[in-house]
Amino acid sequence: MDLLNALTAFLNFIVVPGLAYGSQLALGALGITLIFSVLRFSNFAHGDTMAFGTAFVILFTWWFQSLGITAGPLPTALLALPLGILVTIAMVLATDRVVYRYYRKVRAKAIIVVIVSTGVMFVMNGLVRMIIGTSERNFSDGARMMLNPQDFKAWTGLAEPLAVKTTQAISVVAAVLCCAFLFWFLQKTRTGKSMRAYSDNEDLALLSGINPERVVTITWILAGALACIAGTLYGLDKSYRGIVYFSLLMPMFAAAVVGGLGSPLGAVIGSFIVAFSELIVTNAWRKIFGYLVPPDWLGDGLYQALSTDYKVAVSFSILILVLLFRPQGIFGGK
Amino acid sequence: MARYRNVLLFAGVAMLFILTGVFQSWNLSLNILNLALLSAIMAIGVNIQWGYAGLFSTGIVGSVALGGLAVALVSSKPVPEGWAAGGPQIVEALLFAALAIGLATWLYRRLKPGANRALALALYLVVAFFIYRAILDPAVTAVEANNPAQAGNIGGLGFNSLLAWPVGALMAAAAAWIIGKIALGLREDYLAIATLGIAEIIVQVLRNEDWLARGVKNLIDLPRPWPVPKEVDLQVDPFFLDTVRAIGADPVTASTIFVKLLYATMFGLVLLLLVWGCERALNSPWGRTVRAIRDNEISAAAMGKDVKFRHLQIFIIGSAVVGLAGAMLTSMEGQLTPPSYLPLRFTFLIWVMVIVGGSGNNWGAILGGLLIGWLYLAVEFLGPQMMAILTSGLPAGPLKDHLQDTAAHMRLLTLGVVLLLVLRFAPKGLIPEK
Repeated sequence: MDLLNALTAFLNFIVVPGLAYGSQLALGALGITLIFSVLRFSNFAHGDTMAFGTAFVILFTWWFQSLGITAGPLPTALLALPLGILVTIAMVLATDRVVYRYYRKVRAKAIIVVIVSTGVMFVMNGLVRMIIGTSERNFSDGARMMLNPQDFKAWTGLAEPLAVKTTQAISVVAAVLCCAFLFWFLQKTRTGKSMRAYSDNEDLALLSGINPERVVTITWILAGALACIAGTLYGLDKSYRGIVYFSLLMPMFAAAVVGGLGSPLGAVIGSFIVAFSELIVTNAWRKIFGYLVPPDWLGDGLYQALSTDYKVAVSFSILILVLLFRPQGIFGGK
Repeated sequence: MARYRNVLLFAGVAMLFILTGVFQSWNLSLNILNLALLSAIMAIGVNIQWGYAGLFSTGIVGSVALGGLAVALVSSKPVPEGWAAGGPQIVEALLFAALAIGLATWLYRRLKPGANRALALALYLVVAFFIYRAILDPAVTAVEANNPAQAGNIGGLGFNSLLAWPVGALMAAAAAWIIGKIALGLREDYLAIATLGIAEIIVQVLRNEDWLARGVKNLIDLPRPWPVPKEVDLQVDPFFLDTVRAIGADPVTASTIFVKLLYATMFGLVLLLLVWGCERALNSPWGRTVRAIRDNEISAAAMGKDVKFRHLQIFIIGSAVVGLAGAMLTSMEGQLTPPSYLPLRFTFLIWVMVIVGGSGNNWGAILGGLLIGWLYLAVEFLGPQMMAILTSGLPAGPLKDHLQDTAAHMRLLTLGVVLLLVLRFAPKGLIPEK
């Protein structure tokens, strides 16, 4: 029995990565849920919007690096992020103007707009491949570790290390800031209230003089900014490949559906449910169990429920469970 | 006029294949034709789901992959040592899992609702999962340890791969039944999201479960479907050689073209049979019910039509057709390569075919399949050629290299733009529904 080491290993392999991954998912799922509640369709292009924004953040990061501008211990990408956000917002607004606006005008069925969004996904994916290629791009710099595992071991004298990467800490901080801003915006400002009103009942909102195009524009600006931040944080944490963002769609959708499509708070909580379930199911528990029970009880299994290749199965199962038992999600939604 | 227009459209597509044959090579042209015919069959399957019933599935690639797996299981060479090492035990594990899930559903219905039921069932399922893994894992290790360089799988039944075609359809239908049961009857986006997930899981299973079909080590040398011979056998066949000599052709080229023509005939026959069946079904009371449901679910339900059941039925039929095409594809290629099952190639490309061709119209789906199938594969040789001409004026350097590299990615962009343009300006497609 070695509770402290077991706890440290648990923190190191589950809690810290789960918080970081959950934060990244939450920022993405918030965008999906915002678009769903105001524009009323599931945006399949959201993953590739993230990839698109991140591609530009990387380009700006390289430019800053070539100019010798860095952010000290923090990644330079944080300085490039505002520029990347602007490009992403410009892109999603242009997409809305050229593509989606027409379908709003003719009041097309939601499923048609979903198909349209897969077309947008193709275009964005093609653009990302052309701009930055398909190979892995590492653009993280600055201090790698916020809490160095060796230092931690030296301080505490424990056998198990605890590491916190700078990018993980930044992810959590960024998610907290973004959520705080978003909830303040939605609850307290006039624009935010008009967005919620429009999402609750379109006709009533129109009658009370809310300008629908303005609400839609603000929604795209928020979703674009969130997508760019989420994509950049994920890319910093796990190194960037334009094509992996497509596979983030499944966990993000699962997170949004678990919380209830259209509910921002639900999306955040859903993201952490998905992130922690993925880690708990795909983690090899042998090490942690090894501290809790005598080692010879364990045999030679890894105590891993599913290999990490089946990560997608976890978010899928969560989605299926929600669809079976509570299709409206934990927090209502639509 | 409309009649002539459709004939002209098909003639135009035929011209594309003929031009490819004349200017590139007939082998290439027939190769593209065979793949395009298979795409057309998949497009019919998707058209059944989308065009008839308005169901949007993003998991076409999963059905295709299941069809491919059927070929591997039915027609690949048996591996007796591998099977003996753990085959029966793997089957036992899978049966156990099925029973456990069946029992869970039965219990769920019998027990009183409440937190206790949820907790008890969750606990039961976790325990059942670990028992399942305890049965499965040693068997898998034993199978994969058997000659991993050449086998390492449970092997197939060694039947003719023609038999695998209907099996592929059945497997895809079974998967569609499960997913349809859960996701249909809710918001229509949920089907799109759920199918995206199940397709990814199926492809991951094919990639990672080496015992099943060797995973990314690929299963090669699958036998040809009856009656297609191998090119090398044809080249030594005296009758074939005499015939070829009489025409005055090169026996090697002639044999490859003969094989491809044979495939094209078989695929064409299946396609015609399917279209005949679909047209009959669409003009029957069943077809009218289905279209009535698509156009207005509420009024159809008010008329006493069981909307959810019809949707499930159509979802299964459409997936089965796609699974059939997936099995045909693998048996033509003679190998199962899991990394080739990309959603862009097998889900979204097929969607573009259906929408460009004309959703709701079988002939439209076929036209779209042939046209987009040709475009998609022709871009492979046309794109770099065009880029080479466009960049010929540029000095050699990184810019030129970059531009020539981007030609390969043009496909995605073009597909996306085509889809968006058609949806916006010609949502009914090239051959609109009557």
